[in-house]
Amino acid sequence: MSKIGVFVCHCGENISATVDCAKVAEAASKYDGVTFSVDYKYMCSDPGQSIIKNAITEKGLTGVVVASCSPRMHEPTFRKACAEAGLNPYMCEMANLREHCSWVHEKGEATTEKAIDLVRILVEKVKYNQSLDAIKVPVTKKALVIGGGIAGIQASLDIANAGHKVILIEKDPSIGGHMSQLSETFPTLDCSQCILTPRMVEVAQHPNITLYTYAELESLDGFIGNFKAKIRKKSKSIDEKLCTGCGLCTTKCPAKKIPSEFNEGLGNRTAIYVPFPQAVPNKPVIDRIHCTYYTKGKCRICEKVCPTQAIRFDQEDQIVEAEIGAIVLATGFTVKQTDFFPEYGYGKYPDIITGLQFERLASASGPTLGEIRRPSDGKIPEKIVFVACAGSRDQAKGIPYCSKICCMYIAKHAMLYQHKVHGGKSYVFYMDIRAGGKMYEEFVRRAIEDDGVNYIRGRISRIYEKNGKLIVNGADTLLGAMPVEIEADMVVLATAGVANDGAEELAQKLHVSYDSYHFFAEAHPKLKPVETNTAGIFLAGACQAPRDIPESVSMASGAAAKVAGLFSQDELTREPLIAVVNRQAAPVYSSCVGCFLCVSACPYQAIEKEEIKNRAGELIKSVAKVNPGLCQGCGTCVAFCRTKSIDIQGYTHEQMYSEVVALLNEY
Amino acid sequence: MLQSSEKPLKRTKIKNMTLGFYPGCSLKGSSREYSESVLTVAKAFNLELEEINDWNCCGSTAAHNLNRELSLALPARILSLAEKQGLKEIVVPCAACYSRLTVTKHELSKNPELNNAVIAANNLDYKGTVDVLNIIQMLNKYIMPNLEGRIVKPFEHKVACYYGCYLVRPHEILQFDREEDPQSMDEIMLKAGATPIDWAFKTECCGAGLSVSRTNSVGRLSGKIIRDAKDRGAEVMVVACPMCHSNLDMRRDAINSFLGEKVDIPVLYVTQALGLAAGLDRKALGLNRHFVNVTV
Repeated sequence: MSKIGVFVCHCGENISATVDCAKVAEAASKYDGVTFSVDYKYMCSDPGQSIIKNAITEKGLTGVVVASCSPRMHEPTFRKACAEAGLNPYMCEMANLREHCSWVHEKGEATTEKAIDLVRILVEKVKYNQSLDAIKVPVTKKALVIGGGIAGIQASLDIANAGHKVILIEKDPSIGGHMSQLSETFPTLDCSQCILTPRMVEVAQHPNITLYTYAELESLDGFIGNFKAKIRKKSKSIDEKLCTGCGLCTTKCPAKKIPSEFNEGLGNRTAIYVPFPQAVPNKPVIDRIHCTYYTKGKCRICEKVCPTQAIRFDQEDQIVEAEIGAIVLATGFTVKQTDFFPEYGYGKYPDIITGLQFERLASASGPTLGEIRRPSDGKIPEKIVFVACAGSRDQAKGIPYCSKICCMYIAKHAMLYQHKVHGGKSYVFYMDIRAGGKMYEEFVRRAIEDDGVNYIRGRISRIYEKNGKLIVNGADTLLGAMPVEIEADMVVLATAGVANDGAEELAQKLHVSYDSYHFFAEAHPKLKPVETNTAGIFLAGACQAPRDIPESVSMASGAAAKVAGLFSQDELTREPLIAVVNRQAAPVYSSCVGCFLCVSACPYQAIEKEEIKNRAGELIKSVAKVNPGLCQGCGTCVAFCRTKSIDIQGYTHEQMYSEVVALLNEY
Repeated sequence: MLQSSEKPLKRTKIKNMTLGFYPGCSLKGSSREYSESVLTVAKAFNLELEEINDWNCCGSTAAHNLNRELSLALPARILSLAEKQGLKEIVVPCAACYSRLTVTKHELSKNPELNNAVIAANNLDYKGTVDVLNIIQMLNKYIMPNLEGRIVKPFEHKVACYYGCYLVRPHEILQFDREEDPQSMDEIMLKAGATPIDWAFKTECCGAGLSVSRTNSVGRLSGKIIRDAKDRGAEVMVVACPMCHSNLDMRRDAINSFLGEKVDIPVLYVTQALGLAAGLDRKALGLNRHFVNVTV
């Protein structure tokens, strides 16, 4: 006979405001098998847990039902409490009175009735619960970091310095990411590359880091501690061991007019190229889409000039397989291009550029060697307009969020312009100035007060070109929406920061969730900012939301600490809520008839054939067997099994039926 | 030239096709030449236009500023009359009427409760089965496919196509052309032999109804439009809206006093320009009715 305890929680007023908790406890006390029933203000508190523990020891409970919040919130808490009192933790079940009842219904009889029903079905279920033991699995102490921007670099270095192996993959020919494109950084105006390149070199030289550039994740299987990753190393068309990085090939390549991605289209590169002089690794790749040999079948000049015969035109993509214990996603972000703005000419005016393009103009390594010259005719702009919130905070553009970094980089841009073009006039059109951060507000004030940047609060309705000038129409909302018209030489749009193309696809490959803007979703917005909902996969940097450099670096170190924490254990415990094929005494052995439909249904390849043999070694029967290390407890095989021979532990057929029957029976 | 973002209408060669015709108030009064040119061009291309019997006011700006239900009921009645007449498609040359009829159809189809309320209160038999075409859509669907060999006097002028607001806005509902820098009229004029200029004021406000109450404001707003067209070398303005036309043409005195010079660029309806290119009679196209003499 079961001895079940029911513990009804008020959750402060979260439940008790709409549910009569005392009445629920009273109703539960009358059920068969319930020997103890009580309600209390906070069951999760220490005194609350003591009530449960004391009841287990004093009343000799065999099962516990806690009627409170979602099991996602406090199931571990209550199962731990049960274990401490000597009850198997899997004999504890939770009835969700908060999310499933009190939060979604009005106060009333019916709401309390529903709460009573929810408790009753769990009481019936727990009667069929069985003691289970957690599964132990080993941990592979090697991390995979996806994305070689500052976040990926920082995460790799931190994990590697903690003594663990790291594989860092980057889709571009060099690591460095957006930070390597920036000129100076706010709020200190120190050179971006000067502070970044030492880290890039450190990554390349670290004994614990394996760097794969020009590589992408092909597929991922497995689970926390035991992932299997396939990495596609795209063909670079060179033998990296022979290549010395002398650069002769890049100077001789005849295809010279390819817009440089690194310079945001403001400069050109060759078909065999190193994206920028400080690239890591400093060895070229051949861009097969633009290479004359691959498009027309003739050329091979690079092959002829290469002093070490390192060019390999027939090289193929390579798939590298790796066993991985944890993953850090640091794939970054991108910005909207100017063609996203019909009101600013659909991208047809060359002198309307994005913030990232301005970074390249202001950078000493950029196409103008750091002089601010406009793209159309190379003239130094005498009047320049910066437009904040271009796309961001704009419901009509489908981007209602704040891109966060723009207020600061616009102040920096205007400041750099004023420093470089003496006598130039700069205007910033803004909605609000969001400069929350250490020394950030001071930085913006410096732009306004010391460098004389004209800040105008208002938006730009239209920009068009006339007589070589860009006519910028806007309003000054601090002067009663007075129309403002500026004849500018160049306009910089602080275009919205958005998720990378293909972010959604990558998220699906990794089974991590993403938000409606395709940024990867953290497990909890406040308390689990670097975790994803998939155990063992962590987030760093702007792939989760627009982030500036200090935030990206902090997140990366946070994610690295999580990985190091995970790797500090030799084995992990997993919930034993997995599928099992039943076993019976001879001569039946199992109700499984060996059709193996389940084998084809299993998405994790966790089911195998087992041969049952007699003592003479003769085959009696083939039955299905679930590998507990691989099973994820998804239950697909249960639905497929024609003889109902498979059960998910903790959610057996018996348990499910008893819940349904409890609902159907009038009490 | 940038491509229009709108999906091209299915272009079919149809002979002696009948299309419903909703003139609205302007085409019967101040913009008779628009009506004349639409009918003349349609006739020349064997397109029969059948006027909706007993049509009423579309409600215009006044109705939707005062009473939402009324502003929907008036166009709904027009559409239900067209249904009763067995019409599947109607052309609405006035951009404002086009906007009101399309918006009404959209709102009633998206909101069944409102639909039922409007139908019941006004005792209408409205089903929402009639398609509403603006003048550009009509030209693209029924005239342009049959243009081969018909451009006998290519309209060899630099033209500024002016779209105004109602033809392309709100884009979410009309789904017609690009809301900024539209292209559809430019493409038609290109085929008529003209050279459309790339300019910045295609959808700027002409001043609209301020024509009566604050003519000076119209002089200023329409003046900026005329000035930009003139600065970029336009010889003709081409429009598809009676309101735009009356402001740019009838208010030219106010415009010229704002500009401080005499600008005599004529303002033609798209159907007039196309009709001229097709060698149709000037008087039948109503070219004698303009305030600014049509010298082209």
